Amino acid sequence: MGVGINVEQLNAFYGKTQALFDINIAVLANRATALIGPSGCGKSTFIRCLNRMHETIPEARVEGTVRIGDLSVYNGTSATQLRRRVGMVFQKPNPFPTMSIYDNVAAGLKLNGFRNRKQLDEVVRKSLESSALWDEVKDHLHKKSGASLSGGQQQRLCIARALAVQPEVLLMDEPCSALDPISTGKIEELIFQLKEQYTIVIVTHNMQQAARVAEFTGFFLLGKMIEFDKTEKIFTNPSDKRTEDYVTGRFG
Amino acid sequence: MRTRFQQQMEDLREKLLRMGGLAELAVDRACQAYTQRDLSRCQLVLENESLINAAEREIDELAFDILATQQPAAVDLRFILAVTKINADLERVGDQAVNIAERVMDLIELPAVELPVDIARMATAVSAMVRRALESFVEGKAELAQAVLEMDHVVDRMRDEAFIMLVRKMNEEPQVTQQALDALLVARNLERVADHATNISEDVIFWVLGADVRHHAQAASVAPRPERHEQ
Repeated sequence: MGVGINVEQLNAFYGKTQALFDINIAVLANRATALIGPSGCGKSTFIRCLNRMHETIPEARVEGTVRIGDLSVYNGTSATQLRRRVGMVFQKPNPFPTMSIYDNVAAGLKLNGFRNRKQLDEVVRKSLESSALWDEVKDHLHKKSGASLSGGQQQRLCIARALAVQPEVLLMDEPCSALDPISTGKIEELIFQLKEQYTIVIVTHNMQQAARVAEFTGFFLLGKMIEFDKTEKIFTNPSDKRTEDYVTGRFG
Repeated sequence: MRTRFQQQMEDLREKLLRMGGLAELAVDRACQAYTQRDLSRCQLVLENESLINAAEREIDELAFDILATQQPAAVDLRFILAVTKINADLERVGDQAVNIAERVMDLIELPAVELPVDIARMATAVSAMVRRALESFVEGKAELAQAVLEMDHVVDRMRDEAFIMLVRKMNEEPQVTQQALDALLVARNLERVADHATNISEDVIFWVLGADVRHHAQAASVAPRPERHEQ
């Protein structure tokens, strides 16, 4: 099951440049939360702070508190421990190109020393079923490489790979921006189903996508969280003029 | 900035204003026709109706087009929803004007009699409601719309008084029953126009504030929105 995410007074920096300013947010468990905002507003930086990817950039640092369930992300938790519980899917599908479909999904588990073949088979099947890819690939799991799939299938493979380690939280950074409308529709349908089991945080440039898949939406601007509310409120009657100007296309 | 979208929204607004002008004119003409027993004004109202009906279709088509192609959100979405509802109310205002004109045409055929009802006063109040409801739309001001809602009670009382007085008149002088009945129907038509003006005002409040004040919802919902930050 998913867990909630609590962020308090989060500040993020790239060297001397501050990218996020005093972000406070409580993400509910088993819900999809969308983050929207113009390019450079800090939404991707924010999502990368949730699984400690931000600090992999030289001179980047984070201040503040992030709690994922009972785990304090920046206080005594290793990145490896964290990423077992927090999966991530990126803008561009990035399957391991030389690995088979099966090995792509099993990679995370194998890395964690999981060797039981029967159990691996089961997890791979379940993960591919959860990502709505099983029926399309079940006959050539070992024969085809991840790179041989279409863009939309590759992205669902990446989702299956993230789900295989049984995380509680799934972070998605513009997961459909490289996909056609049909593939986008499949991923959105998937998000809708996955939130029964996982907490999902999705960064998207597509406002209609946020409106379609997320129960809650946060609007970022210039590194600040301007407004966070139920999605229908953000898209029908936002409280802040800047949110309204953004969702109505008056800037951004 | 979405230039084409903004242009379409402006077109929609202008079309609705023209429609509002036609509906307002229809009510005024029908009321003048009543007070002056003027058949030519009745005919103008009847001719005007087809223009109102055409305008209603045109506005709906444009609103549908914008919804389908531009995916409006927030204040823009509320505006379009409000416009489509106001559009339907204005068309009904036109229908009520036609009903009044038809009553007047009937009355003109009958001997003129003194009736204990001030239709002219009621017509003035109702016209003012329609005009102010449209002004609240033009200016996007919820306060103006709220004032219209408060006027509705006055018109309701006028209709009730007219009903009591005219029924009494019919009982006392059965020979003027037809004229009294026509006047009663005109009063009822005017009261319905006032109801449409009320609906229009509620839609303006929904557009401007995002507050649903229909069916006597809490007046507190019409409170000003939280302070907004300028970009």
